[in-house]
Amino acid sequence: MNKFVPVFFTLLLCLSGLGHSAAPVLSISAPWEITSRDPSKSGFVFLRLNIAETLVNSDPQGKPLPGLATSWGQSAEGTTWRFTLRQGVLFHDNSPMTVDAVLNSLQIALRKPGVLAKAGIKSITAEGNDIVIALNAPFSPLPAFLAHHTTQILAPSCYDAAGNVNKEVIATGPYRIVTLQPPQKVEMEAFAQYWGNKAKIQQVKYLGVGRGETRALMAESGDAHLVFNIDPASMKRLGRQQQLELRSVPLPRVILFKVNAALPGLSDVRERRALSLALDRKAITRAILRQEGDVLSQLFPPNMQDWHMQAAPTVQLVRHDRDEAERLLAVCGWKKNKSGMLERQGKLFQLELVTFPDRPELPLVAAAIQDQLRAIGIAVSVNIANSSEIPVRHKNNTLQLGLYARNYSLVPNPLGSLIEDFAEQGADWGAMNWFNPTLHKAIADLVQRPDPAGDAAQRALVVRILHEELPLVPVAWYEQTVAISKKTANVVIDPFERSYGLADIEWRQP
Amino acid sequence: MKRLIAYRLLQALLVAFVVGLLTFLMVRMLPGDLAYRIAAGRYGYDMVTAAAAEAVRQELGLDRAGIIVFFQWLWNLIRLDLGYSLVSGELVRDALLHELGHTLRLACTALVLSIAMGPPLGIWAGLRPGGLVDRLVLAGSVVLRSVPQFAIGAILIVIFSVKLGWLPAAGHGRLAHHILPALTLALGMAALSSRVARDATVKVCNTEYYQFGRTKGLPETKVFLRHGLRNISVPVVTYLGMQFVYLIEGVVVVETLFAWPGIGHALVHAIFGRDVPMVQGTALVMGLMFVVLNTLVDVLNRVLDPRRAA
Repeated sequence: MNKFVPVFFTLLLCLSGLGHSAAPVLSISAPWEITSRDPSKSGFVFLRLNIAETLVNSDPQGKPLPGLATSWGQSAEGTTWRFTLRQGVLFHDNSPMTVDAVLNSLQIALRKPGVLAKAGIKSITAEGNDIVIALNAPFSPLPAFLAHHTTQILAPSCYDAAGNVNKEVIATGPYRIVTLQPPQKVEMEAFAQYWGNKAKIQQVKYLGVGRGETRALMAESGDAHLVFNIDPASMKRLGRQQQLELRSVPLPRVILFKVNAALPGLSDVRERRALSLALDRKAITRAILRQEGDVLSQLFPPNMQDWHMQAAPTVQLVRHDRDEAERLLAVCGWKKNKSGMLERQGKLFQLELVTFPDRPELPLVAAAIQDQLRAIGIAVSVNIANSSEIPVRHKNNTLQLGLYARNYSLVPNPLGSLIEDFAEQGADWGAMNWFNPTLHKAIADLVQRPDPAGDAAQRALVVRILHEELPLVPVAWYEQTVAISKKTANVVIDPFERSYGLADIEWRQP
Repeated sequence: MKRLIAYRLLQALLVAFVVGLLTFLMVRMLPGDLAYRIAAGRYGYDMVTAAAAEAVRQELGLDRAGIIVFFQWLWNLIRLDLGYSLVSGELVRDALLHELGHTLRLACTALVLSIAMGPPLGIWAGLRPGGLVDRLVLAGSVVLRSVPQFAIGAILIVIFSVKLGWLPAAGHGRLAHHILPALTLALGMAALSSRVARDATVKVCNTEYYQFGRTKGLPETKVFLRHGLRNISVPVVTYLGMQFVYLIEGVVVVETLFAWPGIGHALVHAIFGRDVPMVQGTALVMGLMFVVLNTLVDVLNRVLDPRRAA
C-alpha cells in the first residue's frame, strides 16, 4: 500500500502535464448548455460564441449597427423594409453567402417560435442583393428583431427538409466549429476567410457548466479564462484572487413580480403600491444579490438610456416605506388580526408567489419578499416550480404573483418586449388582467409611427403609467458578473448578451 | 451457467417493460403542462409563451391518448427504435450511445480506482484487527461515507485544481479529466468495500482451515495467498454488485458537478424538460446495466467459488 501512494501521485502529475504543451486555448465557461444545433433552440450560444451572425448587430446602448446587412431603410408608409447585404461574405465551408441563403434562413426563422413571428411580417423576399420584408403594419423596431439569435444566417446545407438544423452549424462568424459535442462542449478555431476583423486568438473552447460552484472553481483554478454568471455566493472569494478580475455589468434585465390585477387584494392600485412600498430593495440587492451597483429606483435600469428617466420629474420612483404601505392597506379595508396578519371581511390576506430556480437567486429573492410582506401582515407562500409554470398559470388564470427576471432586450430594442408584455390580452411574461389603453396607444405609436421629436415624451408616459399602476412590481436590476483571467486583454462584456466579443480578445503580453 | 444466463435474459426483458411503463407513468403524472415544459427545455424560459407551447403541442401530437403513445413506444422498442428527443430533436439512440460511452468510461475508472484502494486497505486492516491501520481505515471510511459526494467532489477540486493546479476542475476530453470525478465516486465505494474486505478477512483468518494452514508451518504470505485471498474475494465481489447502485446514483451527482456529459446528467435534464423518450431511454439503459453487471458478478462468483455451481 505504501508503494501505491507515490505511484498514484506520479501518475496524477504525468496526466496533468498532458495537453498543456500546445498553443494556449482560450477557455470559456457559462451555464448555457447546447440542447440542439437548431438556431431556434440554442442559437444564442452560437451567436454569443461568435460562430454565427445576424443581419444587424447592436452597440452597447442597443442602437442597431451593420452586421451581415450593411444598410437598411423603410418605405415612406413604413410597411416595407429593405436590407442590403454585405458583399464577399463566406460561410465556414467557403461557400459564398448569397441572397438566397439569407432568404432561406429568414424564412425558416419566420416559421418557427422566435421573435420574427411577432413582427407582423407579411412576406420576406429577395430583390437583387437586398432582402425585402413586407409588413402588415409599420413596425419601427424591425432592425433590432433581426439582431436576435433566432434570425442568424446559416448555410442552406445546414437545414433538413423540415427546416431543422441537426448535423452541422455552418455560419459566417469569426470562429468556426471544429468539434461540437452537445450538450456541453464546443471547440472552435479562427476562420481565416472572415469578412471583418479576424480573430486574434486561434483556438477557443466552450464548456457549458450548469453548476455555479463548479464554474467558480474553474475560474479559480485557471481552468477557464472567461467565466460567465458567477453566483453571488462565490463573488467575494473570487474577488480576492490575484489572477482574476471580477467584472459586473448591469443588464437590461429586471427581477420583478407580475401581479394578477383581477384578484381581490391586488385589484386596487393602492394595494399594489403597498406591496411595492413594503419591499426593502436595498437589502435584497446588497445581501442576496451581493451587488454593489445602483439599487433599483425605477423599472428600467440606467443602461436602457432611452427608457431610464434621468431627472424623472413626473415619475414617482419606487421606495421603501412600510408605514405608508400599512396605511394604504388600511385605507383599502385591511385590518390586522390578533396574530398581526391582515384580514378583510373575515378573509386573510394570503398570496402565492410562484418562481423557479433556473436563475439561482430567484428562490432567495422570493424568500426575502415573503419575509418583507409578512412584516406588513400579508401571508405569502412561495412555490418554486419550473419556469413554464408562470405562463401556464397565467393562461389558466390561477397565478397570483409570479417572480422572474424579465429580459427587456430580448431584441436590443426594449419595444420588442414591451409590445408583447402590455398587449391587450396580457402576456405570459407581462401584465395579467391589467390593461391601460393610454399605455397601449403610446407603445403602438412608438412602434408604428416613430417620431424623433415626440418619442421621448411617449416613453416618459409609458414609464409614468407603469410606475403609477404597477402591473409589474420591480424588485432589482440585474447584473451579470464575469470572472476574467488577467492573462487576457480586451474583454468587453455585452449588456445585451449577444456576443462574447471573442474575436477582439488577446493574450496579455507578460 | 446456461440457466443463469437464460434467467437473466428474462429478467432484462421484464426490466425493460417495467422501467418503460413506470418512467412513462411517472413523467406523465408529474405536475405541470407537458407542452410548456418541453417548450421551456427547447427555447429557454425567456422564449416560453403560450404560442410556443401550442406549437410544441401540435408538432408532437401531445393531445394523443397516453395509452396509444405508450404502446407506440413499446412497439418501437421491440424494433430497437427509441424515438427522438422531444427537446433536441436528436435520435435518443445516438444521444444515449454518446452519453453511455462517457458514463461507462467514468464508471470503469471509478471501479478500478475503488478496487485499487478499498479491498487492499480492508485486507491490511483485517489482518491486524484493532490495530492502528484498522482504526484509521474505519475512521476514514466513516468520514468518506457520511460526506455527500457533492462535497467530496468540491473538496477534491479545491485541493487538486485550485491549490495544486495538477488537474482540470471540470470538463471532459482528456485523460486527466477522468481523475477527479472518478476519484469522487471511487472514494465513496472504497469506503464501503474496505469494510467488507476487512470483515471478510477477519472471518477467514479465524476459520479452522486458515489456522490449520498456519499450524502446519506454511509461511504467513503463503497461507494468505492460498487459503485467504480467494475466500475473502467472494463477499467482496458480491458486494461490488451492490455498489453499482451507489455508482449509478453517484454519476447523477458527479456528472452534474464536473460537467460530464454522461447518462446521469442527461436523465436529470430530460426529467426537467419532460423529455419522455429520453427519460425512458436513459432509465432503460440504466436498468439493463444493472442486469448485465449483476450477471457478470454472478458469473465471476461461480468462477471464484466453483462449489456454488454444484
